[in-house]
Amino acid sequence: MAKVIGLTGDEAVAYAVKQCDVDVIAAYPITPQTVIVETLGEFVANGELDAEMVHVESEHSALSVVTAAALTGARVFTATCSQGLALMFEILYITSGVRAPVVMAVANRALSAPINIHADHSDSMGARDSGWIQLYAENVQEVYDMIFMAYKIAENRDVLLPTMVCLDGFTLTHTLERVEMLDDEVAKKYLPPKPTYPYPISAEKPATYGSLALPDYYFEFKMQQQDAMNKAKEVIPKAMEEFSKVSGREYDQFKAYAIEDADVITVALGSTGGTMRSVARELRKQGYKVGSLTLRVYRPFPAEALMEALSGAKVILAMDRTLSFGAIGGPLFEDLRTLFYDAEKRPLIADIVYGLGGRDLTPAEAKAIFKYGLEIAKSGRIPELVKYVGVRE
Amino acid sequence: MSISLPKPEYLAPGHAACQGCGATLIVRQVLMALEPDEAAVIVTATGCLEVVTTIYPRTSWRLPFVHLAFENAAAAASGIETALKVLKRKGLLKEKKKMHVIAIAGDGGTFDIGLQALSGALERGHKFVYICYDNEAYMNTGIQRSGATPYRAWTTTTPVGKKIPGKPQFKKNLAGIAAAHEIPYVATASPGYHVDLIRKVRRALNAPGPALLHIICPCPTGWRHDPSKTVEIARLAVQTRFFPLYEILYGRKYIITMPVPKPLPIIDYLKLQGRYAHLLRPEMKGEVEKLEKAVNDFYKWLERMAEATKDIPLPSWYHV
Amino acid sequence: MSKLLGWRKIPIGTIILEAGSTFEVRTGDWRTFKPVIDHNKCTRCGLCYYYCPDGSITLEVKDGKIVKVDIDYYHCKGCAICEGICPVKAITMVEEVK
Ligand SMILES: Cc1ncc(C[n+]2csc(CCOP(=O)(O)OP(=O)(O)O)c2C)c(N)n1
Ligand code: SF4
Ligand code: SF4
Ligand code: SF4
Ligand SMILES: [Mg+2]
Repeated sequence: MAKVIGLTGDEAVAYAVKQCDVDVIAAYPITPQTVIVETLGEFVANGELDAEMVHVESEHSALSVVTAAALTGARVFTATCSQGLALMFEILYITSGVRAPVVMAVANRALSAPINIHADHSDSMGARDSGWIQLYAENVQEVYDMIFMAYKIAENRDVLLPTMVCLDGFTLTHTLERVEMLDDEVAKKYLPPKPTYPYPISAEKPATYGSLALPDYYFEFKMQQQDAMNKAKEVIPKAMEEFSKVSGREYDQFKAYAIEDADVITVALGSTGGTMRSVARELRKQGYKVGSLTLRVYRPFPAEALMEALSGAKVILAMDRTLSFGAIGGPLFEDLRTLFYDAEKRPLIADIVYGLGGRDLTPAEAKAIFKYGLEIAKSGRIPELVKYVGVRE
Repeated sequence: MSISLPKPEYLAPGHAACQGCGATLIVRQVLMALEPDEAAVIVTATGCLEVVTTIYPRTSWRLPFVHLAFENAAAAASGIETALKVLKRKGLLKEKKKMHVIAIAGDGGTFDIGLQALSGALERGHKFVYICYDNEAYMNTGIQRSGATPYRAWTTTTPVGKKIPGKPQFKKNLAGIAAAHEIPYVATASPGYHVDLIRKVRRALNAPGPALLHIICPCPTGWRHDPSKTVEIARLAVQTRFFPLYEILYGRKYIITMPVPKPLPIIDYLKLQGRYAHLLRPEMKGEVEKLEKAVNDFYKWLERMAEATKDIPLPSWYHV
Repeated sequence: MSKLLGWRKIPIGTIILEAGSTFEVRTGDWRTFKPVIDHNKCTRCGLCYYYCPDGSITLEVKDGKIVKVDIDYYHCKGCAICEGICPVKAITMVEEVK
């Protein structure tokens, strides 16, 4: 029988990382990620995890350490968020460029200024073009499970891309939930074998990593990354399916509720998905044809699968927990609009920007969002392309 | 130290360094310190050396080589050193040779943008050797000043103007910064003195913790000197006390490895380099004297430190 | 120039698997003057070998002793460091005739 314990999101990350037989960990403290590093530090200090913790002096170095370490074929882990992720920005592209299968937990937190420690997605969304796979967890169980899946995906030889597991700051990082653990043996069997990298650093086969590519070759390397992202679109559902089998927990690229005949579907990332689902459930009882979808994989964007899932809707509401200043709308909104541009039957797609800097999305607001969608469905007209929910004027 | 010749040529020729480049010369000498049963992972910062040796699809390196970014050579080296250690412990490392980790960075990647990562790595105590080849400016981007550019040197960002004749500041004391971390071994070296340099690399490899070598690196292109003068200038830097050769053990014990009791006039060093051409003008005499005084003051301070710490015993790994 | 390869043909991640492959690049073309060793003068002390930035001085060693010192003209860039280094002036730079 699988063990069940109460864990916060941060602890869940650490427990999963421990079971993944990680070799090198480097991280720098930042709220609300800190508990991850502290817990892992305890595991290492107690000898429960045979790994080396590198107590770096910055996030820039944290990612540099694990990226370089990954080239030796070691399994590596780091975690950060917000300012820390911003400080890593330069190296994010290098990690994916050298194809180091780094796994990183991102405890989503708003970006300064003003400085704020609470959840939104402006940090990881800023990194959406950095060549990392991005997974978003809805609850603590998913946080725990996604760490295993992240290694499975990142280290797949057809993929070899760094992978972020994003969990909402405090809402998930610091909330105690019931977590069903994987048996060590099951975890071990699920994970790919080491070395984690196909050309591990070796004196016998001395290779050059991180060379300089001029206009005659740069583009080719970027195409390889794009190709890997495309392959990840196939590898991810398989990794999830396999995980479902070994864990008994159903996983797919998204979690949908009542979308089959829904007029209005909200699409959200992270913990908000749970709120939207419970409110949708309530509205369904009252006879409203609404549904909700929580997207677990944001990069690579599961376009085909989403298209199929959402095409019956009259209205899609993209739930963006970030601002893309000066753009037409938020990133999720723009992705969804682009997705349906060529569709024969195009739903109306509007953007909801909410929850910045940790502002709660109340059930009442969630309900109003669905009602807003129903209004659009009825009138066939979007009054505001981007609606800002929960902000004072 | 075995000097069986010829040494393996770990840096293949055919690279794109300028004629007479001090950086590639330094690397050749540094890697001569490796014994036959040893290998090293080379980790570099962005800069001339990395650029001229790894233009895709070719590489000059015959050792594993890693480059990630400009400011993180010490962090990347930390990662590799740590990973190799864990993999070895877990029985996952299949290397016949003893693997060292040697980080190599320019002055920009060391004195300036990479100083934080370097300090972190030295403080954490990784077993690696950090080599700074100091050509005293950002050469790769076209000769801009760095924290290592000497007083009154010309660079493209410290031009020789009517009001300001070259860089107004003196250079940082890198060896002192490294030594303040109280790491086992810090040394300065010059590619003009290969025996001294190779011996110091050997000590650095033997040291039971981090070691840093600060190596003066003449650069014909950036220093505006004839490519044939690289070695002569590297020697004059020492003989004029401009770049004294010394060691600092555990941040405590100072050893001058090449005493210069009777220094040559500093002008002998300056006059071979176009970046100091303006200092040859009569009205610049005071500036040259200022530079010469600073150089001699530092040397005298070194002598005092060496004298004051001479009773501190040498560790066994020092003897090579 | 070697043929430019497509992205499906090259290893991933900017990696270069052929160690020391710049060896095929003829940097000897850069020279205007070339170093010539007078083997009668040369004492085979090996000093020039340590000071060539381009690893273009080759040593033939027998029983731990240098028996021959040569210039690798395919790579030598003609910087003339070796000329200045040689203690017995066995190396002279002579103009390249092309
Ligand atoms: C973060 C970052 N800033 C700036 C640069 C541009 N840059 C590349 S190399 C370099 C200078 C390198 O100087 P140094 O470390 O002294 O090495 P050198 O080229 O002189 O050998 C600069 C400014 C960069 N690559 N990355
Ligand atoms: S600019 Fe200077 S350091 Fe750079 S390759 Fe040329 S000589 Fe070497
Ligand atoms: S001229 Fe320069 S490159 Fe040629 S062999 Fe002599 S030192 Fe080497
Ligand atoms: S330095 Fe001169 S004498 Fe010595 S090996 Fe070279 S050419 Fe011969
Ligand atoms: Mg420099």
